[in-house]
Amino acid sequence: MLEAVPRIRRGVKCTYDQIREAHVVLFPEGVLVLNETAASVVALCDGVRSIGDIAVVLADEYSGVEPSDVAALVSRLVERRVVDVDG
Amino acid sequence: MAEAPFGLLAELTHRCPLQCGYCSNPLELVRREAELSTEDWRRVFDQARSLGALQVHLSGGEPLLRPDLPELVAHANSLGCYVNLVTSGVGLSRDRVRTLAARGVDHVQLSLQDATKAGNDRIAGIKAFDRKVEAAAFVLAEGLPLTVNTVLHRQNLDNIAGIIAMAEQLGAERLELANTQYYGWALRNRAVLLPTRKQLAVAAPIVAAAQARLKGRMEIVYVIADYHEAHPKPCMYGWGARQLTVAPNGDVLPCPAASVISSLQIENVLSASLHEIWHDSPSFNAFRGFDWMQDPCRSCPRKEIDFGGCRCQAFQLTGDAAATDPVCSLSQDRSTVDLILETEMEPAPVPAMAMAMRKMR
Repeated sequence: MLEAVPRIRRGVKCTYDQIREAHVVLFPEGVLVLNETAASVVALCDGVRSIGDIAVVLADEYSGVEPSDVAALVSRLVERRVVDVDG
Repeated sequence: MAEAPFGLLAELTHRCPLQCGYCSNPLELVRREAELSTEDWRRVFDQARSLGALQVHLSGGEPLLRPDLPELVAHANSLGCYVNLVTSGVGLSRDRVRTLAARGVDHVQLSLQDATKAGNDRIAGIKAFDRKVEAAAFVLAEGLPLTVNTVLHRQNLDNIAGIIAMAEQLGAERLELANTQYYGWALRNRAVLLPTRKQLAVAAPIVAAAQARLKGRMEIVYVIADYHEAHPKPCMYGWGARQLTVAPNGDVLPCPAASVISSLQIENVLSASLHEIWHDSPSFNAFRGFDWMQDPCRSCPRKEIDFGGCRCQAFQLTGDAAATDPVCSLSQDRSTVDLILETEMEPAPVPAMAMAMRKMR
């Protein structure tokens, strides 16, 4: 799972909502309002970095980031059809 | 203060080349002369975004009939909204898709009436099938994601496997299979649209198998036939909670069907701002939250799940918009729905031509 490479799906738009003062993900018939950590993960789902790579990047920024937490968040995003995973 | 809405359903026009007998537009269609101007719509989008809306669904009728559609797409896009085009596909040429994609359409929802050309065109009332197939190819060629929407009813439920296959063939990423909801035109044609219990029972495993087989490739959303259910749908996820609808003439509705509730005083964008209407109007506050509920809803734990069901359906079938949705098995009016199921459904399949086709009066 840590080698898997997540990528934002086609047709999904990530933006910052000034009204809610939060990062949001927009997709057909849905809106996800992200907390700060989730927004950082989504921003790194670039189709290049693996889940393990993302966890390493986030560990520089936040303390106590576990690769398994990143993997769990990515699988929720896959479930909501916000990201696809290769590998 | 109420939470901000996530979406705006902009019904740009009620004009449409199709005549589907279950159209979600009201029986009293807005005429072209009464439609909002381009400037009005731009202001509506500005106000919706300031209010918190992040998705703009450009719908109708057929939104392609508005010559200002590219400008409206560009404006919604410039505000940072997700722009969803809801279309019959009729009039969606390669050039128009290209223009609309360039102006910022993010996603296209294409209606499909049935699995085959003959079935589709009979239900739509015009020869639309070939143009839909073409339109789907143009959408994919521009790299836009495609959802196919099919309204299910007695005339096409038996073809559900073919409808799913057709959506796959068209290259859809999503397929919405929505059983008919009975308001307006569909209510008028209910006797020929209501599915039988047997049809639904046959369709359910076909849909479930397709959902499993297509997982990760094409998402299938299935909207229940609520008359046959024991509990109501969570209509709009609550009144005035997530989305607002602006009709072609500027009427602002808590749900697309809300004009059927004749006791509701409907506001208009020409006389008030969306902010005032969303937060302060009697219509948007009428059934917000839980305080308006009567029993059995008031004391029912399911109120957090289904919000008492649909206000329009309660009004249409019981005369009281604050009643429990009568499809609920706990409603004192459930017998009304059972009686409809027992008496209204024709024993033999009725030809689709028995439907009152949608038209302007």
